[in-house]
Amino acid sequence: MYEIRIHSRGGQGGVTAARLLALAAFRDGKYATAFPFYGAERRGAPVVSFVRIDDRQIRVYSMIEKPDLVIVLDSSVMETVDVMHGLKPDGKIIVNSAYPLEVGGKKASTVDLTGIALNVGLVVAGSPVLNTAVIGALAKMGTISFESAKQAIKEMFSDERNISAASLAFSEVNI
Amino acid sequence: MLTGSTGNKAVAEAVSQAEPGVIAAYPITPQTEIVEQIATYVAEGKIGCEYIMVESEHSAMAACIGASVSGVRTFTATSSHGLLYMHEMLNWAAGARLPIVMANVNRAPGPGWNIWAEHTDSLQERDTGWLQVYVSTVQEAYDTTLMAFRIAEHADVLLPVMINLDGFLLSHIFQSLETVHIEDYIPPFSLPHMIDTKAPLGYGTLTGPETHFKFRWAIERSMRAARPVIDDAQIEFKKRFGREYGKVDEYLCDDADVIVISLGTLGKEAEVAVDLLRSEGIKAGSLRVRWLRPFPSLNISGKELVVIDRDYSFGFGGILANEIKAKYKTDVFSVIAGIGGQEVTFGDIASFVRDRRLGTEYWFGVKANV
Repeated sequence: MYEIRIHSRGGQGGVTAARLLALAAFRDGKYATAFPFYGAERRGAPVVSFVRIDDRQIRVYSMIEKPDLVIVLDSSVMETVDVMHGLKPDGKIIVNSAYPLEVGGKKASTVDLTGIALNVGLVVAGSPVLNTAVIGALAKMGTISFESAKQAIKEMFSDERNISAASLAFSEVNI
Repeated sequence: MLTGSTGNKAVAEAVSQAEPGVIAAYPITPQTEIVEQIATYVAEGKIGCEYIMVESEHSAMAACIGASVSGVRTFTATSSHGLLYMHEMLNWAAGARLPIVMANVNRAPGPGWNIWAEHTDSLQERDTGWLQVYVSTVQEAYDTTLMAFRIAEHADVLLPVMINLDGFLLSHIFQSLETVHIEDYIPPFSLPHMIDTKAPLGYGTLTGPETHFKFRWAIERSMRAARPVIDDAQIEFKKRFGREYGKVDEYLCDDADVIVISLGTLGKEAEVAVDLLRSEGIKAGSLRVRWLRPFPSLNISGKELVVIDRDYSFGFGGILANEIKAKYKTDVFSVIAGIGGQEVTFGDIASFVRDRRLGTEYWFGVKANV
């Protein structure tokens, strides 16, 4: 079982990113579940979402304690949240950042999701949309196939710019 | 078609396929997504039902009662305080023999204010004459909602059905969902005692001490008759759509020495605990009770039992544990865990089994145990 934790802020699309990732995994022929930790959510507050992907039906409902992959959609969350908590020794981290980055002594994969979203004009209610772009970066990292990533995005969003964002992130991510 | 859905949206999808004539609802977390989705379907013209926005859950159930007796299929959804606010009307719906279908997203009653999963809400409505079923996956929520209409409206039953799904854990999780074409799986709505202006009847009239017990007995007779109707609905479901459900969901129980009994998503988590325990040489099994009313027969003779209750009856004990103790005259290790959304992992469930003490009660996470 491959376990993923997503850190974001309320309104940035972390919950939708988790669902997109699960949907892409279905299209890869796998089982997946996606769920956020529901607390007192509001725009701007740190939010955690989880994704599990497996070849067998997933029966675990409790939160992920030892993720294989951590995704950080907003690097400022790292000032108050220990995003490395429980990450497996061979686990990976990807951060939305325009610059190379080390987190907790570990080289992070980086991709400028905010820049990509602004470039293609994906802005909703004043915030850049990061969730479709990050799915492209994750396809490059091998979490899901790029074909399934695009398929999942098409199923959830009709705006073509979401596919453009995913394609840009796929080619620009530094692994 | 294979797609992805939350538990809430899966219920809404099944309801839209069952095509109720009237839906009356009031939003409450974590159920809101169900009625929001249905309202969207109605606004988009996907379903042609009358959608009544009411001012309270009590009114939602009252509206369903009025609509149902006029001869149409009805549906509503609620949670926790919404369900408890309906309490009077829940008794009325069952007593008036109206096959209303309701989804209850299980949530702890307050205070302290809490929006997370607990079964005390629906278990407080255990004795109202509603059939109760507890589901554990998004697919099961969809499939069981379809079954609920068929079972409730069956001529041998004519009682309301409550589908229970764990708040957030199931209502908001995103899993795969395979939808089906229901065709005539749910027969057309037919209520023998519906209002007919050409043959007027009295409704809600006084039933005196010489007759009232007969109406109550009729409810119990139909509850008992519901057992084969549930079997039939589940067998027919498998025949048509391929997915198999029982009144309980057993996992490796046959050769088990110790069985974990629970409701809802805990039953799935318990299966993972069973795999872990078996790798340690402990022959464990998991039995998830799907249909709580009518209460199913359990194949538990000679097994040690660990019953997990995400609920409590103050001054007495875990509600499911005590139902099993009363019915089967057996000792159990009663674990109270998951109250108000308390996190319970498969590792925790495995330790409940390892450290079981039959005949005692254990509150998970509390230091001063009785």
